[in-house]
Amino acid sequence: MLQIKNLHAGVEEKDILKGIDLDVKPGEVHAIMGPNGSGKSTLASVVAGKEEFEIYEGDILLNGEDITELDPEERAHKGVFMSFQYPVEIPGVTVTNFIKTAINESRKAQGLEDMPASEMLKKIKEKADLLEIDRKFLSRSLNEGFSGGEKKRNEIFQMAMMEPKLAILDETDSGLDIDALKIVANGVNKLKSDDNAVIVITHYQRLLDYIIPDFVHVLMDGKIVKSGSKELAYELEKKGYDWIKEEVKA
Amino acid sequence: MNLKNKLLSSYLAFEDHLEEDSPIHDLKSKAIKIFETEGFPTRKQEEWKYTSLNSLLKADYSLAPRQENSLEVKDVRKFFLHDIDTYKIVFVDGVYSSFLSETTHDKIDVCLLSAALSKPKYRPVIETYFNKVAKEDSLTSLNTAFAREGAYIYIPKHREVEKPIEVINFSTGNEAALMLQPRNLIIVGENAHVQIIERHQSLSKNAVLTNSVTEIFAEKRAFVDYYKIQNDEVTASLIDNTYIAQEDQSNCRVHTFSFGGNMTRNNLNFYQNGERCDSTLKGITILEGKQHVDHNTLVHHIEPNCESHQDYKGIFGDASTGVFNGKVIVEKEAQKTDAFQQNNNILIDDKATINAKPQLEIFADDVKCSHGCTIGQLNEEAMFYLRTRGIPEKEAQALLMYAFANNVLESVKIPELKKRINKLIATKIGVSMGFDL
Repeated sequence: MLQIKNLHAGVEEKDILKGIDLDVKPGEVHAIMGPNGSGKSTLASVVAGKEEFEIYEGDILLNGEDITELDPEERAHKGVFMSFQYPVEIPGVTVTNFIKTAINESRKAQGLEDMPASEMLKKIKEKADLLEIDRKFLSRSLNEGFSGGEKKRNEIFQMAMMEPKLAILDETDSGLDIDALKIVANGVNKLKSDDNAVIVITHYQRLLDYIIPDFVHVLMDGKIVKSGSKELAYELEKKGYDWIKEEVKA
Repeated sequence: MNLKNKLLSSYLAFEDHLEEDSPIHDLKSKAIKIFETEGFPTRKQEEWKYTSLNSLLKADYSLAPRQENSLEVKDVRKFFLHDIDTYKIVFVDGVYSSFLSETTHDKIDVCLLSAALSKPKYRPVIETYFNKVAKEDSLTSLNTAFAREGAYIYIPKHREVEKPIEVINFSTGNEAALMLQPRNLIIVGENAHVQIIERHQSLSKNAVLTNSVTEIFAEKRAFVDYYKIQNDEVTASLIDNTYIAQEDQSNCRVHTFSFGGNMTRNNLNFYQNGERCDSTLKGITILEGKQHVDHNTLVHHIEPNCESHQDYKGIFGDASTGVFNGKVIVEKEAQKTDAFQQNNNILIDDKATINAKPQLEIFADDVKCSHGCTIGQLNEEAMFYLRTRGIPEKEAQALLMYAFANNVLESVKIPELKKRINKLIATKIGVSMGFDL
């Protein structure tokens, strides 16, 4: 699904990612953990195509195709989705209208007609129910005045609507209380299949109690310094990151 | 002959038609003298620093059309708010078109200023209101001297007008260059309500210069909801001078949508002569090419406990230029004033320019006054967010521009008009979205 090979990236001559290798296969859930400033969010943004970052070296392959040079929207059309840590507020554009636009633009790019209104409505209803989203919420302006929890739930709702092949969840657990966390995790789990993959980026192990990863990677100073099974997450929760630093030095 | 001299000499001929004892004869004689002394404003004047009339004044304007021009309904229908019933006062090349208009004298007066100026029964009203709030600056005086036609709207007290009133000035292009000077007088009685839409529309590529004056009087607790749609041809220029006098607890709102035209100057002046008045001035400006729009606003807080709300959004593409000059004066007596002014601008292209100048003159000590002004580009993080959702760059830009302008649209109280402006914005931005913008 996603192959990242020796990826070096940064902004204005400042290296942030310093040689990342990652192989994510269909059906897998990968967790990327690491201390603040280790490059987790940069990795998510670079895969999603943020132009602010420059790629100095390496490739990003999606199903074997090099997507390094593609625009963010082209990556989205090919099935990449990123859930934002800080979703942007768009006044005057309702959640429903926004998602309609997003879906139909993606369909247009694939040479398809607009989704029929009745089908769209049915799908919106179904996915809103999955994430326990109130109907009234859908006619509000996108993210405007939303609580932290509402914003994150709305991100996963968009993911549910867009049915991506690869979903990157950037700090989706931050700002969520335990009930909201369960709803969001439950939504992600229901959307999971053998054909898609999820990368969960998180600072804490908490979310991984609900979205069980197949692999856990530790990112430090722009490099993946350790990979393992979900047990690694527990170990990190208990012992912090310092012991890995020591291990890396040694 | 330059335009000033041409105007002065044609006034002599024009004056011959005036009746000696007409109540407005003296006004006109005085007005033409002011114009003769002051002439057209130049960039040396602080208020005109960023807007030059020079190139506009070079054309050889016809001051009175040679013939009456008729228009077919089908050709101009799209410029009306045709999906709902409205009153209409329509002028073609400055001449009233009874065929396109729908006026009334049933409980309210929606008719012609020329009728009001000439008929004795309107004399007391004319003597009380005509030219009473308009400033005596050179352009307004020029209009006062020449004006013979425009809309006259009189809403008696406690009357709520059930449908909007459209005031539309068409120019046909039968003259190579035409100068128009419409004059509107609007009196809204105590506790009366009215909605008005004003539009200037050229139907050809020939040059048009309009110097318009509108006086609005809002008596106690009156509600005036006024919309200006400026989406004219790039060969049409407009100087709009609007003066609003408000009495106790009146509420006046003016929305200005500037999407077209060559040069547009909006002199919008509010005078709060009573207590607990509410004034709203909002605008969306979206320009391209070499278009120029200058919003010159004044809110004069004279009495205590009044509010004013200003919110102007501008999006400037290509080499277009904008000016926002917002003046708020709070007199010593105007305690407990709540004055708010906001002006946000986005420059899409490197050559686009905005000159923004908030001016607050506050002489009272117990007031709440705030102003904010921003000039920037579209938010990159927001662009990235939309694009990760599969929305292409151009559409994402449009969506953000729409979002940027949106809160000004929220207060448009005529749903059909709101829909229409939404469409105009979508066309202006150049995309069709998957939903009604």
